[in-house]
Amino acid sequence: MSQRAEKPLGWRRWLLAETPWSRLQAELGQAYLAALSFARNRLAIVGLSLVLLLLLIALFAPLLATHAPDAQNLTMRLHPPGAAAWFGTDELGRDIYSRIIYGSRITLGIVSLVIILVGPLGLVIGCAAGYLGGWLDTVMMRLTDVFLAFPRLILALAFVAAIGPGIENAVIAIALTAWPPYARVARAETIALRHSDFVSAARLQGAGALRIIRRQIVPLCVSSVIVRLTLDMSGIILTAAGLGFLGLGAQPPSPEWGAMISSGRRFILDQWWVAFFPGLAICLAGLGFNLLGDGLRDVLDPKQR
Amino acid sequence: MTQAANPVPAIAVQSLTVSFGEGAARIHAVKGVSFAVAEGEVFGIVGESGSGKSTILRVISGLHRDWSGTLTVRGAPVGIRRSKQFYKLVQMVFQDPYGSLHPRQTVDQILAEGLFVQGMGDRERRIQRALYDVGLPAAFRFRYPHQLSGGQRQRVAIARALILEPRILLLDEPTSSLDVSVQAEILNLLRHLRMQQRLSCLLVSHNLAVIAHMCDRLAVMNAGRIVEELDAAQLRAGRADHPYTRQLMRASKGYDRKTAAALVSYD
Repeated sequence: MSQRAEKPLGWRRWLLAETPWSRLQAELGQAYLAALSFARNRLAIVGLSLVLLLLLIALFAPLLATHAPDAQNLTMRLHPPGAAAWFGTDELGRDIYSRIIYGSRITLGIVSLVIILVGPLGLVIGCAAGYLGGWLDTVMMRLTDVFLAFPRLILALAFVAAIGPGIENAVIAIALTAWPPYARVARAETIALRHSDFVSAARLQGAGALRIIRRQIVPLCVSSVIVRLTLDMSGIILTAAGLGFLGLGAQPPSPEWGAMISSGRRFILDQWWVAFFPGLAICLAGLGFNLLGDGLRDVLDPKQR
Repeated sequence: MTQAANPVPAIAVQSLTVSFGEGAARIHAVKGVSFAVAEGEVFGIVGESGSGKSTILRVISGLHRDWSGTLTVRGAPVGIRRSKQFYKLVQMVFQDPYGSLHPRQTVDQILAEGLFVQGMGDRERRIQRALYDVGLPAAFRFRYPHQLSGGQRQRVAIARALILEPRILLLDEPTSSLDVSVQAEILNLLRHLRMQQRLSCLLVSHNLAVIAHMCDRLAVMNAGRIVEELDAAQLRAGRADHPYTRQLMRASKGYDRKTAAALVSYD
């Protein structure tokens, strides 16, 4: 009870208490320590701000945009950046600034769908293959070998060509080509963990393979998968933009950044802004996720604690 | 002694043989070992590194599955695969308390896991009781392992084993990775707990002093074989028949050049 009396000394003290009084307090304390060490990394904060900015832009796109993304104004074709159109207009007189704002929704949508598909899938396959071993491991790892043997964009192109262009198919194609590295990361971590004493101890308590994977192994693999996902997001953005550029991703008139660059490449010498601003958006989004991933790696790397 | 009072031994091992590897690289770690641990007794196995003593524990606990021989626990034969009920009966404490606790789980989660797997209710009370039994303050319940010292971690590991209320405790060098002052604390705790809960224990150690402190009887292992069985009185009196045991006793008195030069391999 005497510890309770210390509580008024402030929330910071409560979070950093040597002897937490509940599971929640212990977990929050750990999270707070992680956040502190993350905040010490300035580049990571830059990355986090860029990603948050991107999220806010996508969320408030209708408020931020000055025009409708697909409103054509043929009298304003290829207008240079200025007061009327901040980032200029494209060949159909559409406002590039508004299109980029709305395009963030498409990009983030693709990225989050791919992550939701790929992260858990790779984690489950990798942990199961690593822990159970035997023929399951062999089959799964040869399968990942097949996928890893192709350059990702080429494979994604082949899939999209087979199942038809469009955003959903682009997501499926990227997800299909993106899961093997996660399975590999999770498997490598699992193999390092499976003979550790705490896993043996869990087996000696009578826990089955599924429970051991879920309770003992996955919590330790999840951080490296999250780090890898964050670092990979820029790659996913680029792949999505690449598919859009080649006309296999988002279809016109949707304001996908890759497709916008593609349409701007015809005028790249005279009307540079048509391709430049979507390119800048892709670049900043990719940079943001990369810096964030670097920062997360420093915080979450289990070997550092 | 106790064996006469209860003829069914807690653990009985008959001609246990364990090998690792295949073909020419096959190593026989344990070569036809037989012994019995009576109910309520602490039985020690002492031997140098690589003598196969820890392998025997891994076989009994079911962690090592490639063995032959017969193994009975409380009279019931035990095969390669173990049931959940087996682990309710037999628990183990590992050597290294830094590796045997999950780094991302609080003491509370570590202790609750076994209760959950074994379907034991009343978790709140059992966890508090387990912490109390191993002499940890209740305030430690929500700490992470990295916030504990080595001795405290080993107490948590002992609590994790005992919270399932086993009848048989396997101890794999439970004090070897702790510093000397903490070793004595943990040994006294184990002595106290096994008296209190009438546990049968199988203790493996390379340290004759630890074995002498804890055990009613002991077996001396060398190169995969039991060379001699002694009881505590014989050990204290220094009455050993086998030259390897006598060498081990000499070596445990401390290091000097004459002893070291006189060491012989009894493989």
